[in-house]
Amino acid sequence: MDLSWMAWTWQTAAFFIFIGLAILAMGLWEKIEPGGAPRHGVLGLDTTRGDRLFISLLGSAYIHLGWLAFTGAPLWGATIISVVFALAVFRWV
Amino acid sequence: MNKTQNNKAWFLVLPVLAIVSLNAIVPLMTVVNYSVQETFGNNLFFFEGVRWFREVLDSERFQDSLLRQFSFTGIILAIEIPLGVAIALSMPKKGIWASVCLVLMSLPLLIPWNVVGAMWNIFALPDIGLLGYTLNAMGFDYNFTRQAISAWFTVILMDVWHWTSLVVLLAYAGLRSIDDSYYQAARIDGASKWAVFLYIQLPKLKHVLTLAFLLRFIDSFMIYTEPFVLTGGGPGNTTTFLSIDLVKSALGEFNLGAAGAMSLIYFLMTLLVCWLFYTLAMRGEER
Repeated sequence: MDLSWMAWTWQTAAFFIFIGLAILAMGLWEKIEPGGAPRHGVLGLDTTRGDRLFISLLGSAYIHLGWLAFTGAPLWGATIISVVFALAVFRWV
Repeated sequence: MNKTQNNKAWFLVLPVLAIVSLNAIVPLMTVVNYSVQETFGNNLFFFEGVRWFREVLDSERFQDSLLRQFSFTGIILAIEIPLGVAIALSMPKKGIWASVCLVLMSLPLLIPWNVVGAMWNIFALPDIGLLGYTLNAMGFDYNFTRQAISAWFTVILMDVWHWTSLVVLLAYAGLRSIDDSYYQAARIDGASKWAVFLYIQLPKLKHVLTLAFLLRFIDSFMIYTEPFVLTGGGPGNTTTFLSIDLVKSALGEFNLGAAGAMSLIYFLMTLLVCWLFYTLAMRGEER
C-alpha cells in the first residue's frame, strides 16, 4: 500500500501514535484499576475518564493555538502548560 | 441499581469504525500532515513546523472571514430557532392540514444546495428577478452583486428559507410528543398561553431544540455551496465565509499547508462548540 500521498512526516506520525497510545493507556488503566464511572468535578460536570482525556486533548490544542497566536516563544512552552492542564483536568474535573 | 455490563457489544461497532477511519480519519490525518509542510506539487513536501498555523492565526484575512462566519451563524440562529418554534406552535395539530403543512414545510429541505443558490441568484437579480425587481420598484436600492448589505440580506434570507423548516419539523415533533395531561393540568390551573409555552412546551422542547441548534450551527458554520453560487463570496470579500476562504486558499491558490492549518483550526472550533453545547445541554441529566 503506497501511502506517499498522505505526505507523512515523523512528527505527525509521532503525534498520532501518541494519541493512539493515550487511548490504549486509558483502556489498560480501566482494566487494571477500574474507576471510569462519571464523577462530579469542579466545573459542575459529570465526567468519565474518557471525557477527561477528551477535555485535556482539546484544551491542549487550544493552548498550543493560543501560544502560537499570542507569543513568539518556542512551542514547548505550550506543551508544558498543556501537561499541567491535563494533570489538573484528571485530578479535579 | 445493578445492570449487567457486557462490553463485548462494542465489537459490533467495528465495521462502522473501519468505514469511518477510511472516510474521516485518514483524510483528517492527511490534512494534519499537509498543515506542517510546504509543497510545490509533484508530491514533494518540505517540513515547515508550525509556520502555517502562526501565519493563519496572524492573518487579517482569516480573522475577517472568521468574524463574518460567526456573524452569519449568529444571525441565522437568532432568526431560525425562534421562527421555527413559532411556526411549529401555530401549525394545525391533526387532520389533513397538518399533513399539508408538514409536506409544504419539508419541500425546501429537499432542494439541493446548489439549486437553492441558483434559484435565489435569479430570484434576487435586480433587473429580472422577482425579489430584486420588486424591491427596486418599491424604491429600495437593492443589488446583491454590488452592495455588501444587500448580499448579506439575500444570503441570510436564503438560509432562513432553506433551513427554518428543519427547526419547524423538529419542534413540531417535540410538541406532539408532549402528553395531553400536561395541558389538562394547565387548563385546570387556568394557566395563560404564555405560561403554558414557558413552563410546559419550552422545557419539553429542550432536547429537540438542542439538536436543532447543533445541526443548524454546524451546518451554517460549514456553509459553502449556497453563498458560493449566490454571491461567489462577493461583492469583494464581504460574504466570503470560512469554507469559501478555505477552498480559495486550498484549491485556488494551492496553498495546501496554509489551508491544512486553517482547516484544523476550523475543525477544532466546531469540535469545541459541539462539545460545549452537548455538555451544557446534557448537564444534570442522565446520559
